[in-house]
Parts: sequence; C-alpha cells; structure tokens
Amino acid sequence: MSKARADALKMTDPKLNPKLFNKDVEMVPSRNGYGEGLVLAGDNDKNIVALCADLTESTRTEAFAKKYPDRFFEIGVAEQNLVTVASGMANAGKIPFVTSYATFSPGRNWEQIRTTICYNDVPVKIIGSHAGISVGPDGATHQALEDMAIMRALPNMIVICPCDAIEAKKATLAIAKNGKPSYMRLSRSEIPVVTTEETPFKIGQAEVFHHGKDATIIACGQMVYLSMLVAEELKEHKISVRVINCHTLKPLDSKTILAAAEETGGIVTVEEHQIHSGLGGAVSELVAQHFPVPMKILGTQDRFGESGQPAELLEKFGLTAENIKQAIISVIRMKEK
Amino acid sequence: MLNPSAQKHLELKANEIRQDIIKMLVEAGSGHSAGPLGMADIFTALYFQILHHNPHNPKLADRDRLILSNGHICPVLYTTLAHVGYFPISELKTLRKLGSKLQGHPHRGSLPGIETTSGPLGSGLSQSCGMALVGKMDNASWRVFCLMSDGEQDAGNTWEAVMLAGKYKLDNLTAIIDRNNIQIDGFTDDIMPLEPLGDKYKSFGWQVIEIDGHNFTAIIDAVDLAKTIHDKPTLILAHTTPGKGVDFMENDYLWHGKPPTKEEAEKALDQLEKIERQIEQSSR
Repeated sequence: MSKARADALKMTDPKLNPKLFNKDVEMVPSRNGYGEGLVLAGDNDKNIVALCADLTESTRTEAFAKKYPDRFFEIGVAEQNLVTVASGMANAGKIPFVTSYATFSPGRNWEQIRTTICYNDVPVKIIGSHAGISVGPDGATHQALEDMAIMRALPNMIVICPCDAIEAKKATLAIAKNGKPSYMRLSRSEIPVVTTEETPFKIGQAEVFHHGKDATIIACGQMVYLSMLVAEELKEHKISVRVINCHTLKPLDSKTILAAAEETGGIVTVEEHQIHSGLGGAVSELVAQHFPVPMKILGTQDRFGESGQPAELLEKFGLTAENIKQAIISVIRMKEK
Repeated sequence: MLNPSAQKHLELKANEIRQDIIKMLVEAGSGHSAGPLGMADIFTALYFQILHHNPHNPKLADRDRLILSNGHICPVLYTTLAHVGYFPISELKTLRKLGSKLQGHPHRGSLPGIETTSGPLGSGLSQSCGMALVGKMDNASWRVFCLMSDGEQDAGNTWEAVMLAGKYKLDNLTAIIDRNNIQIDGFTDDIMPLEPLGDKYKSFGWQVIEIDGHNFTAIIDAVDLAKTIHDKPTLILAHTTPGKGVDFMENDYLWHGKPPTKEEAEKALDQLEKIERQIEQSSR
C-alpha cells in the first residue's frame, strides 16, 4: 500500500480493514458471516431456531444445525412451508431464521411472507443467499435481482444487504434481537472484506466509509468495496467522493443520505439488483422529495442475468469500478449545468 | 356421550350464533354466508366445550391455539368469540366497516382471540405445524387446532404442511376440514376433485376420523380420540352442510361468497327462530 493510501484510510476512520486497498485483501462470501453469526445468536438466546429448505450447507446454516440439532428444522424443497411454519413458530414465541436462495425465498413465497409474517408482525428472519449477478455460473434462475424490491415494498419489514462477511455476522446478531420481520440478502461468491470487528453497525444507520464533497456514492453489498476503490482513485484526479455504506435499505437512513445530497450535490447509487425499486429506488424516493440533486442509479438494467464467472458478469452488466467512475463524472457534470 | 341438557345448551348456542351471523352479514352488506352457517356447530363445540381458553385472558400462556386457515368464514369465528365473552356482542354489527376490529378477514392484533391473520388460503396448516413444533420443543400442555376448508386442499402449501406434520409426528395437532363440497366457482368435485381425501392424509402419516360435523357428540368424541393417538397428527374430516339451517342456502355454492339481502335475511331468521323453538321444546 502506498503511504498516501495508508494515510487516506486513517482519515476515513470507520475502522475499516487495513488491507482494504491491497491486492491481497481477504475474500469471504457474506453467507459465511451469516453462518457464524447464527451460531453466536443461538448461543445467546435459546429461542433462536433455524429452518432450511434443503440448502443447509450452501446457505451456511449447517454449523447451527450441528450445534443445535433440536432447534434446527429441515423443511425440504418447500419455500412456502418454510416461511409459514416459521410464522407459526414466531407466533408461539420463537425467533426463526429461515434460509434458502433469495430467488426462492423471498421469491416464491412472497404472499405468505406478506400475510403471515409482515401483517402478523412476527419476528421471522428471512435470509436470502445467492443474491446478485455475482452468483455466476448457475445463471439467471438463481441470481436474485428483485428480492430487495419485493421485500422493501412490505410494511413492517426490515431490509438489510451487508457489505461483507463481518457485517453479515453483525447484522445476523442485530436482527436476532430486533423483534421485527427482517430480510437479509447474502452473496454466494467470495467478496472483499471491507470492515473489521470494530466497524460500527446499527440497523438503519448508514455509515460514511469515505469522506468527500464533490459527489456521493451510496452502495450496498460488495459494491461498497468497488465504491471505495473508485473514491480512492478519483482522489488522485482531485475529485473528492463520499462513500456511504447503506447496508439497511429499510428503514433508510434519511439523515445521512440527505446530508450527502446537501453537502455533495450529486449521488450515484450502486447495487447488484435491478435498477427499479432497490437501493437506487429507495434513495431517489427520499432525495426527490426532500433535497433533489442529480443522480445516477447503477444496477442491472431491467433484464435477467446469465451464466458466467462473477467478474465477467459484473463487467457485462455494468457494475465495475470504471462504470461507477463514469457515473460520478457524469453526475458532477450534471451538477455544473 | 353428552348429557341431554349439555346437548340442548350447545344446540341453542349454535342456533343463536347462526342468527347473529345472518344479522351481521346483512348489516355488512358483503361477506360469506354458507361456510359460517355450516361450521357453527363445530365452533360452538370447540369454544363452549373443547378448548382450554379464557376469554378474559386471551393471551393465557397454556391456552389451546385455534388457527382458522380459511379466514373467509370469520363471521362464525367472530360471533362465537363474542358469545363466549371475548368482546361485546354489539360489536358484531361493525363487521367490515371502517375502523372495525372485525376486519373482512381476521387480523391478529385487531381483535382479542385471533391467533393469526388469515384469508389467503392454504397457509394455516403450516402455521399450525410451526406452533405444534414449538409445543413439542417446550413440552407444552396446549394443543393446536387448525380449521381448514375443503377448497384450500387444492393449494400446494397445504400439502407441504401435511407432509411436514407426518414427518415430525405432530400428535399435538388436530386439523379439521370443513368438507362441505363447495367452493366459490362451484362444487369441489368439478373444480378440483379431492377424493379419496381421507386416504391421502392417511398415506402421509395422519390418523383420520370422519364425522358428521353437525353432531356434537361426534365432534367432541373425535377430539377426545385425537388426544389419545400418539406419534401421529389427526385429521377430523367433518362432513357439513353449507348454509345449514336456512333451506334456500343449503348446499348451494352460489351462497359461498355473498351475504343475504334484507328480505332474504328476514326469511333466514324466521327459519332459524323456528328451529330455536323446536330445540327449546324438545324433551331431550
């Protein structure tokens, strides 16, 4: 790491991974953090139970299932049953975590989630793994790109997209205690570790990971890492970019986002999700009504994914550092008009 | 066997509930008629005889849990809850009105005694399984009762739950299907044939008891029998007459999803009052 970059990291202050800008930054799928967090949550509270729909290993529910076999329920390939059984358990005093791939849950069982979890207002935790285009070779059927939109539309639902495995662990522990219907999306592929155990995490509180005044990138999931790279790179071009890790899409941190709109005057949102009704949708709904500024929304452009390696797909679908950089430059131009 | 005075008490109660169902539906101007009238005897038996519950403490920790899966028959649930003391009978006339606790389909949290929100069909048995699993984990004394329609046996979600209840041997779960042979679009045999329904449940590891859903002794005996069966969930397949007690509604699927007009309600109440007098005069 160059001395300038090391100094820059100190200035950002949210206690991020010191190796963040190194080539050998640790790579861990966020689902791993969930697996660790679930065991810890189970250690803390005997009312935590876990249910899975025949994907126990790949969703990282396995460690909990082994440690607490009496509190683990294998539901089989039945996602509607997965969430409705969980609803009944939550109604009777348990805190169920239900895991599957995000295309199946909350994809296949949306109405059951709406009626029996959200309208009932019971604390079921829906964990959707394998979200985003970076799922890779499995192709479009298994790449959830609409999950945040359908969960964000539901009253009572909390929606979280952690930026790395450590944040996924913290989010797991936090939703175990929040008493609300909650959805968390996770990545299949290995993604850079951006945070440390010391990085602050609070549901509903976005964190400024990089200070800047010319424009703001608001990102979630692994797009936070790319955004940090872009902010660092643009600094060398005398462009000062703020980066906000917006891990909670609902409730949205309006204070941090409106401050960014006011102080930087332009926003780029980035997410591994359709451009409609995800993070970009949430931010623009807020900003358009309270402090309109030029915006660009990066995500998949209203189309399905396909098979390929994660990096190839991110490039093909326009979610690279270069895409973010171009968006920032164009937002700054829009500001100046 | 019920003693004659207990039998007469339940029959009169079910008749009163049917009369109030007609009154609330005509006042609401929309809602379902046939199913609620058909299930009045089973609801009366459950709330006045079978369930361990306390209307003055709806959250009683060791209460039996009753999940109404087919939420559209809520007029019979609401009326029974009011008659057994959960809330004033006068509130029944607010059904489906703005600001009412008596939503068009039941909502947990709006009205005391409602265990879960329902209406969209096919998800009540799964929720009941979830509760029964908790009952097993916690060694609880309470039991779970799930009331379903025959129409919602069309739903895949129902069979996912049937399979799970067999797997986990949920002998603290009793499901009751209102086998009235009608659904909105017509007779169940025409819409989506279900038979042999009891055999299907048996093949998934359930104990199945078929009864006349208007015979109080049969209802109570079936529930008692279910309590003695270990390692299996029980299905009570209750044959009922939709629209029971009102001759022009009985067995006519067109009465599944509509309320009576004022004139039809008067006629229906005349018939139900006549039945009430017969019960009172009976020497049993």
